[in-house]
Order: sequence, then C-alpha cells, then structure tokens
Amino acid sequence: MLDTLLLSRIQFAANISFHILFPTITIALAWFLVFFKFRYDRTGEAVWLRAYRFWVKIFALTFALGVVSGITMSFQFGTNWPGFMERIGNIAGPLLGYEVLTAFFMEATFLGIMLFGMKRVSPRLHTFATLIVAIGTTLSAFWILSLNSWLQTPTGYTLVDGVFYPKDWFEIIFNPSFGYRFFHMLLASALTASFLMAGISAYRLLKEDHKHAPKLTLKVSLTVAALLAPMQMFVGDLHGLNTFEHQPQKVAAMEGVWETEQGAPLLLFAIPDEQQRTNHFEIAIPKLASLILTHEAEGEIKGLNEFKGEHPPVKPVFFGFRIMVGIGVLMILVALVTRYTLWKHSTLPTWQLKALVVMTFSGWIATLAGWYVTEIGRQPFMVSGLVKIEELVTNVPSEHVLLTLIGYLTLYAVLLAAYIKTLFYTARNAVQVEEYQTTPVQGGQYV
Amino acid sequence: MFSAEYLALLYSALMALAIIVYAVLDGYDLGVGILLPGNNKPSADTMIASIGPFWDANETWLVLAVGLALIAFPTAHSIILQALYLPIAFMLLGLILRGVAFDFRAKAKTRYRQTWDRCFKLGSLITAFTQGYMLGLYVMSFEHSLASHLFATLSGVGVIAAYTLIGAGWLIMKCEGEIQNSAIRWCRLSNLIALLGVLAVSVVNPLINAYVQTRWFGTEISLLLLPLPLICMVLFVIQDRVLVKLNDNTSHGCWLPFAITVMIFLLCFFGLVYSFFPYVVPGTLTIFEALADPSALTFMLYGVVLVVPAIIGYTLFSYRVFWGKTQDLSYY
Repeated sequence: MLDTLLLSRIQFAANISFHILFPTITIALAWFLVFFKFRYDRTGEAVWLRAYRFWVKIFALTFALGVVSGITMSFQFGTNWPGFMERIGNIAGPLLGYEVLTAFFMEATFLGIMLFGMKRVSPRLHTFATLIVAIGTTLSAFWILSLNSWLQTPTGYTLVDGVFYPKDWFEIIFNPSFGYRFFHMLLASALTASFLMAGISAYRLLKEDHKHAPKLTLKVSLTVAALLAPMQMFVGDLHGLNTFEHQPQKVAAMEGVWETEQGAPLLLFAIPDEQQRTNHFEIAIPKLASLILTHEAEGEIKGLNEFKGEHPPVKPVFFGFRIMVGIGVLMILVALVTRYTLWKHSTLPTWQLKALVVMTFSGWIATLAGWYVTEIGRQPFMVSGLVKIEELVTNVPSEHVLLTLIGYLTLYAVLLAAYIKTLFYTARNAVQVEEYQTTPVQGGQYV
Repeated sequence: MFSAEYLALLYSALMALAIIVYAVLDGYDLGVGILLPGNNKPSADTMIASIGPFWDANETWLVLAVGLALIAFPTAHSIILQALYLPIAFMLLGLILRGVAFDFRAKAKTRYRQTWDRCFKLGSLITAFTQGYMLGLYVMSFEHSLASHLFATLSGVGVIAAYTLIGAGWLIMKCEGEIQNSAIRWCRLSNLIALLGVLAVSVVNPLINAYVQTRWFGTEISLLLLPLPLICMVLFVIQDRVLVKLNDNTSHGCWLPFAITVMIFLLCFFGLVYSFFPYVVPGTLTIFEALADPSALTFMLYGVVLVVPAIIGYTLFSYRVFWGKTQDLSYY
C-alpha cells in the first residue's frame, strides 16, 4: 500500500511541518531583538543588552534549524515532485529565486555580524545588522507566502498544454489571498515568539532568577501578545471570508457543512463522517456560521456534496480548524489575564507563571494546525482547481522514499527533543551565569 | 526581452558562478569540519570560531545553485535530482547534522559537547563525500554500473581531499600556533591525495566518455586548453614547496596555500565545465533544450542584475569585518 505518492506526501508533510516551526519563531524574534538593541542604544541600560544577549542565542539556534530544514525543502521539489517545477516552475521559480536573492543571502551574511561582530563594528552598524536580519526574515516570508497564496488562488497566468506561463507578475505576487495570508502568518509568528519568550521568562522567574532581564522580557512579550492576539482573531476572520470567496470547498470542510444550506449553524464539536457524508455528535450554535461568513443569518454556505471528488479530506481540516481557533482563544485569554495582573501587581502569582510555561509552545500548535487547515484544505490540488498533486510525483522507487523518510523522521525527532531541552537548559543556565554586569559595554570596547 | 540562447548562456554562467563560489566557500568550512578534532576541546573552539560568522552564508550559494537550476533548467533539474535521489538525501542529512551541531555544541551541556563535535565532523564528511559521489555519477551520465559507482566513490574521496585541502589552507591563514602547525601537515597530505584524485579523474574521464575526449583532443581550441591541466599540476607542486617553507617560518605568506588551492579549484572546475558544455545533463540535454520560459527568466534577471552585486558587496564587507586571525567566538 505504501506507494511513492503516499510516501512522498508523508515526507513532504513531515519536512514542511518540521521546517515551519523555526521560521515561525525567528521572523518575529528578530524584531524583538531589534527592539532590545534599539532600546539599549537609546538608554544605555545594561538590562536591554542582557535581554538581547540571552535571546540572540536562542535566535541563532532556531535560525540554524530553520536554515537546514529549509535547504531540505528546496531539494525536495526536484527529488520528490519533479512535475511541480516542470509545470509550475515558470511561476514558482522566480518567486523562490527572489527569496534566495533578496532574503537568504542578506540574512545569512548579516547574521554573522549580528551574532559575532558586536566588538568589531560600531554600535550603530551592529544594530543595523540586526535590523537587516529582521527585514530578511520578513522578506523571506513575503516571497514564500506569495508563492503559497498563488497556489491557493492563482491569477496572472496563462496555461498552455498543462504548463503555466506568467502573464502579469504584479497579479501573481499580489494574488487575491496573499495579503490575508501574509499578515495572518506574521501575526502567528509574533504570537508564537511572544508566548515562547513569556514561557521561558516565566520559567526563569520560577527558577528564582531574580535579575531584571527575565522580568523585562516577560513584560515586553506579554504586552505584544495582549495587543496582537485579539488582532489575530480579526485578521483570521478576514482571511476566512477571503477563503470562503475563493475556496468554498475548504470552508465547507472547516465548518463541516455537507449539504448547501441557508442559515448554517456553527459547529462547536462534531465528528465528520466522510463515508456516510454526515456529522456525528454535533454541538451547534444555530445560524452562526452563516452569520460569520456571509454577515446574514440566512446566508448560503455551499456544502461539500457540491464538490464530490474535488474537496479535501474533511476530518483533518475540520479538527485542525477547531484546534487553531481553540488555542487562539486560549492565547487571547492568557495574554489578557497575565498582562492585566502584571499591570495591577507588577508581578505574577506562581500559578500564572506556570500557566505561561505550559503555553510556551502554544504558538507552534496553533500555527501547525492552521497550516494543516490551509494546505490539506487545498487537496486534492496542488494549484487550486487546476493541477492535482498526484500528477506531479516522482518515479523513484518507493523503497528509496521510505528509506529517506525514516532517516528524516528519526533526525527530526532527535533534533526537536534536543532543541526544546536546550531552550530550557539555556534558561536554567542563565540563572547562574548571566550575572549582573552593572557596567554596560563601553563605547571604547568597540573597534 | 532577451533571446532564449542568450538567456541560456547567461543563466548557465550564473549557475557555474554559484557552484564554484559554493565549492570554495562551503568547501573551506566543510574542510574545517572534517579536520575538527573529536576530543581536544580548546582547538576545536578556535577552529569553529574561524568559520562561525561565515558558514551560513556560504551554504546559501548551494541553495542559489540549485535554485538557478530549478528556475532556468527545470527539466534538467528534475532529471538530475531524481537520478541522485539517495545521495542527495544523505547529503541533506549531512548538511543538517553539520548546521545544527555548530549551534548546539555552543549551547548544550558540557558533557554533550563532544557528541556535537563528532556530529559536526561526521556531517561535514558525509556532505563532502556525497557531493563528490554525485559529481562522479554526473560525469558518468548517471549510468548504473559497478564501474561508475567505483568511479563515483573515488570522486567522493577526491572531494573530501579537496575540501580538506582548502579547509587546511583556511586554518593556516586564520589560525596561529599549534592549530596552524597541524594545518600545515594536513594541508600537505591532502595536497598529495587531491593531486592523485585530479590525475585519476583527468585520465579516466576522456577514456570513458567519447564526448569529453573530443572536447579535449578533437577540436582546434583544445590545443590551446591542454596547458591548463599542466598548470594545475605545477600548482600542486608549488603548493607543496610553500608548505615546506611555511613549516619553517609561518610569519610570511600564510595566505598562500588558500590562494593556490582556490586557483586549483578554478582550473578543475573550468575543465569540468568545458568538458560538458553545452550539456546540462551529460549526453542527454543541452542548456538550450532545457531552458525555461524566457519571459519568466527575464523577470528574474532584473533581480539578478540588481541584487548579485549587492550580495558580493556585503559578503566582502563581512569578510573585512572578521579579517585577520581568529578570535574567540562569543555572542558579543
């Protein structure tokens, strides 16, 4: 049963899931670092520099994991999905190429100066290098999200004998779903990074790290989370409306709607059954789905039965969506409550610190669930409505794909465990080694 | 809009540039990885510090090379990548291991440090070997026979030697004292192995491949090019003499072994490109046949013209920032 297609899909899913974890952190963490460095330059207070130095280590480790898993992705197009480049290459190639040219080199080069150059360049140039790295990570996201969005909502092309040709690059890059997806992802990154920062800072406080830096990073990250978590709900909703317009079958799967109906209810819980084409154990709020998606209580939502054979597998999309929204709501609550407590009492009770530690990787779960909704939601197509995934797969023997899959999975499992362990080890270590150096780095120490 | 022929030449030139820059830059840091001691901590730290600010950007040239193949010659890209499915997977595992070990070793508990150092070394070795192995299979037109796999294995060993050579050259240039002295020894040894490797490939290649034979012996221009392998051999000899001299006195010309190795790399790479031009898949597909849609490539070209000079500029800047002998690495 394990054929090349299935194995290739598992392999791609595994690689992309592993990869996305790290850019999700670094895109926003880079901006946190810019902020810390900028504050240090402005105020000269050593605590900002200590915050920078602690988080730049975590940034470097996360960035390295993102880079190596990203390289794997860039090869996979050719090894496992040769049809992808042969048919979509004229569109995807330049977008990926621009990512390498405008983002990869810049971030990789200035990363060296950012990490190791503080004593070798002027403070201003070092802050500039940090800024360039942040811009680079964001630009990277820009190009990748543009390509991904184009696969979801293709525009600006002509199709000749199954091969795509670009017609209007502006339409291709700024395709109809791009803006929503890009901001949704940037906010997801901001929330993932701030909950990571809050979790690790809370962990340090629980370990009796009474220095000023963890308190400061806790405050900064919770402020960002409290501001952006509600905003993410809003942007996510707009994104959903856009998907409803362009990919109704995906929304039908998200909402578990089988028959086209007016006044569709919002399902809080259900178990969709694709064989019998119905839901079991429904808990529903009447008319709410229609109200949210069409802004009318009796608005029409197209059902999955109108897209038989052309709609995504329902269960993963349905549950993925609920997990994403569930964690999102939890993040809003936790961020608002803890930020409020911090404002009132300027410290957090132990149970709130523990809750933040538990939530350290909540952003990962929400982001992964969100990506599964959007990517599985595009199935069975590679390019929405135009190219099916099975048409693009490699013809290497399935044993080879299986062998490499086992290799990747093993390595990824080990690396993920090592990454998480190292994060908390670095935090514990900081309790002892990151002593208060009351003297800030003097201007004279810079070359 | 440029003509398709012009675009094919331009993009293959760019791809060649990306590959040779990759081989030199990631070559030296993979070489340092191969030479990393598995037990002696202080010198390992200095050696890794010498490549710390650079390895990530160096690796990006590989992404660019593969990216350019994918953009400009998609059919060739998928033929080559499918034919090399397993070695590519192993190379990626090697690259992953090397890349993460670099960061983990600095942050993990002390007792894990040695394990990460070994991962770093192993990752560098796997990467170098598989790259050479793939080069060998490519030269053999992806033919699956015992002979071609033996040749590929030989080529894998050759690339390990070549990267060790350039890595040792880098260490001679960037380090002092004990590391520098050992690097001179490693450099001499790998110089010899690389010389044998280059000789073997130069002799075997035209013998087994008729196209390569005509390119080197059958045309008028080939007479002009025949001195190139000779110059290459002479460089190996000069290299050896320089190393002996450096062994007595390291204060002058410690940059020479690195520079000579770069010249050897350039000559070998030129020889390889000349052997197969204009084929992108040897014997099967030329760059003109494999070219992607010209309008997409023209769009891409604006970016190339604007951005590549900037990349070269800030790469040079970063080397200037970290110029001179390596200092301890700290996130400072």
